[in-house]
Amino acid sequence: MTETVVLRARGLTKHYGQVVALDDCDFDLRADEILAVIGDNGAGKSTLIKALTGAVVPDSGTISLKGEQVHFRSALDARRVGIETVYQELGVAPALDITQNLYLGREQRRKGLLGTVFRKLDKPAMRHGSARQMADLGIRIQSIRQKVETLSGGQRQAVAVARVAAWATSVVIMDEPTAALGVRETNQVLGLIERVRENGLPVVLISHNMPNVFQVADRIHIHRLGRRIALVDPRNTTMEEAVAVMTGAKSPESLHLEGGTA
Amino acid sequence: MHTIRRAAASILATSLLIGTAACGSSDDDAGSGSGSSDVTIGIVELNLSNPFFGTLEKATEAAATAKGWKVMKSEAKVPGDSATQVTAIENMIARKVKAIVLDPANPTALVDVVKKARDKGILVVTVNATVTPVDAADATFATDNTAAGKLIGQWAKASAPPSPRIALLDFDLSDGPAGGRHNGFLEGFGITDKDPQIAGEALTKGTVETGQSAMENLLSAHPDINLVYTINEPVAHGAYTALKNKGLQGKATMVSVDGACSGVQDVKDGIIGATAMQFPSKMGELAVAAAAEYIANGTKPKPGLTDSGTVLITDKPVAGLTSQTSEWGLQNCWGEK
Amino acid sequence: MTNTADAALLEKEEDHGGPLRTFIGSQIAGPLAALILAIVVFGVTTSTFLNADNLSLIATQSVVVGTLALGQTLIILTAGIDLANGAIMVLAAVVIGKLATDGNALWALVVGTLVCLVMGGLNGVLISRFSLPPFIVTLGVLSVLTAAARLYTDSQSYPISSDLLTILNDGPTVGGISITYGVLLWIALTAVLGYALTQTAWGVRVYAVGDNRAAAALTGIKVRRVLLSVYLTAAVVYAFAAWQALGRTPTADPSGYSTANLDSITAVVIGGTSLFGGRGGVVGTFIGALIVTVLANGLTQAGIDSLYQQVATGILVVIAVAVDHFVRTRQTR
Ligand SMILES: Nc1ncnc2c1ncn2[C@@H]1O[C@H](COP(=O)(O)OP(=O)(O)O)[C@@H](O)[C@H]1O
Ligand SMILES: [Mg+2]
Repeated sequence: MTETVVLRARGLTKHYGQVVALDDCDFDLRADEILAVIGDNGAGKSTLIKALTGAVVPDSGTISLKGEQVHFRSALDARRVGIETVYQELGVAPALDITQNLYLGREQRRKGLLGTVFRKLDKPAMRHGSARQMADLGIRIQSIRQKVETLSGGQRQAVAVARVAAWATSVVIMDEPTAALGVRETNQVLGLIERVRENGLPVVLISHNMPNVFQVADRIHIHRLGRRIALVDPRNTTMEEAVAVMTGAKSPESLHLEGGTA
Repeated sequence: MHTIRRAAASILATSLLIGTAACGSSDDDAGSGSGSSDVTIGIVELNLSNPFFGTLEKATEAAATAKGWKVMKSEAKVPGDSATQVTAIENMIARKVKAIVLDPANPTALVDVVKKARDKGILVVTVNATVTPVDAADATFATDNTAAGKLIGQWAKASAPPSPRIALLDFDLSDGPAGGRHNGFLEGFGITDKDPQIAGEALTKGTVETGQSAMENLLSAHPDINLVYTINEPVAHGAYTALKNKGLQGKATMVSVDGACSGVQDVKDGIIGATAMQFPSKMGELAVAAAAEYIANGTKPKPGLTDSGTVLITDKPVAGLTSQTSEWGLQNCWGEK
Repeated sequence: MTNTADAALLEKEEDHGGPLRTFIGSQIAGPLAALILAIVVFGVTTSTFLNADNLSLIATQSVVVGTLALGQTLIILTAGIDLANGAIMVLAAVVIGKLATDGNALWALVVGTLVCLVMGGLNGVLISRFSLPPFIVTLGVLSVLTAAARLYTDSQSYPISSDLLTILNDGPTVGGISITYGVLLWIALTAVLGYALTQTAWGVRVYAVGDNRAAAALTGIKVRRVLLSVYLTAAVVYAFAAWQALGRTPTADPSGYSTANLDSITAVVIGGTSLFGGRGGVVGTFIGALIVTVLANGLTQAGIDSLYQQVATGILVVIAVAVDHFVRTRQTR
């Protein structure tokens, strides 16, 4: 492994009035890895993710993508350079079918006059594209024409992940994607996350669920009081140790730190 | 920032609403400089979308301002909207008006508030329609709608073809004037609601387009209809369009009530056979005269209905019925010519 | 491997829904069944209902509210509602009628269309830009415009004599059934809007905004722009409705069509479009408008009291809303 860093942040700071949501925070995501971000409520995880996806503009600090510095002013800026996000809820339009959801906001038009003058959608092409995408990720459904509301909760989240994976070209970010799901469905989505990585996209996974994190993560970013206090490898760290550091019960020096600094 | 804009826009939208929904009072604080009088009277009308009520209101207001009075006005928003009228009368009681001229949207719904006003010594006269019981108000100045219906019923009987096939284009019959005209027409024609000469009956909303649709539906089932009773002249006009579209104009005789200038013109043009003209301005003037008498020396008007008069307008007079021509009608009609 | 899975999924999809199955599951199946049932009942119980003349009359009688309901459908699909559409149409009709009496009819039509666009745009801006609830905004505009039409005309109606303005009441006779240009225009508008809703990205976005506004926004759809475009498109449809109204009843009447807003909502709902947005379409609305007319026409011909027309229509509305509720709760379990 050459350990190329795809997305890197240094010294991110964000104040909300008196509250310091991000305090000189660093972040590193390698190509081909699933990086879990864990931390207590209010530690600043969501703010970090928002800074990385353009949803908030940090007060100071730098972000670089594949070695080049970027300045996101909006979520659209981040999306343009291939960073896509899955949210805990709100991700899909239930009355639309799977294809329409996968292509929402990025519909394809027919070639020629039909497309340019009559603005006609290329439904066959979009159906093929979605069928391929669902197959690539091993998501099992009956028909690509099914309305999303006919799917189970896990399948719906799978559609949201499939859409993000289809359009992301550099990074996929998921903020608590399994929080609303049952055990079986959670496992489906975790399997999906691994497949996204196998298909060549690095994933940032924010989760409260330690067993999940230890099941799929390649590295774990531990966030506390607005900054990364440790970056560890789950293979030589226990869940108890991680939780202890995350809550401040144990100092990070006791861990086998990854990637040098914290 | 966004929330402020949003709030501002909300306020704008609500004030638009309130502005149009609240009672339109004119002159009520103005004109105090004239000092001629501090008498205020209330005028409560029906929905002004019907020019008849507009004519009535304007005539009442003109008669009142001619006496140097101030006027507080309110109108129902839609037909049958008695709630707005109740609120308006409560406001007028609070403002201590001396008299209220009311065109009731419903015969019973206003009885309580009218009693409240009269208990406070306010004279309440109704115009155009009565409340039930009639003596719940001090007096009523209105067209005797039953008499009006009877006139056109008698004219229709005398002018009708030997085997009449009748269409009745009504308005909600719980409405006092509408029920009166309907019953009067049947009485004048000498039939009852169940008579086989009645081919069909349909409710309209008293407008051109609802008159047209109702007539179209009846004609589909009964193309032999040759006599059409209509609740008012707009309905007659719509019914005529329905007949014309089927090439049946001239095959059916139409009767109506109102005497609006546009309706009299339709009589002149042969669209309507006969109409019973009402005199809305006279209703208003009579009401104001009664109020003046009461304010001056406390004399109340004669209780019950005072007929403001009805005149049959037709260019095909029949024996035994007094009528006037459309020429006369155009000189005495109400509304825009 | 991916190719076989892909092929399998697509293949499965082909044999999953034949055209018949797809139709039965679709939104217009219920309304169409209701329409056919009503036609059969009236056809059996009255001798005149199925006459060629009466059938063309039903189509003609449906056009004004039917056209208004097409615009209403667009707005309801975004989970909005337009209480002002009848008032916008009436204002446009009286403006056209008044301008045409002492001027050029074509010019009057253009001005009438502008009136619709300005009023639809006002609704659209207040709703999309300031996120005000459509119910309140259009209720306010309804109130203002009803008064405006009265003030503009002094409550008088204007007879329409221009051929251009009444042309929609003319038309060819095909096989004994006369079809007015107004009916053809209504069909054409339904087809164009149906195409736009189902075959273009704009349509998908309209449904998405009505179905799940937050999700639509997260995918980068410009929700406000979509909403504004919907209100403006509806406004153009209302201008056509004004022209239809002048053709059907050659009088520009400020007190006419006072319940057309509710009638159009009725047609939309009976046509199977959900008041919660995101579900339905204009073909259903077209059928819904026909159902309402068929009930009024058939019951009048059967000699049944007009009040029962309102009862029958009301029952259909309740059934339609109940079906929609059932569909949504069953599927979003
Ligand atoms: N928009 C905001 N305005 C004010 N304070 C905020 C805002 N967003 C987050 N915060 C504060 O910043 C801190 C970090 O929040 P967050 O990033 O949501 O943490 P986490 O996702 O780890 O729970 C918390 O104290 C939170 O209250
Ligand atoms: Mg959070």
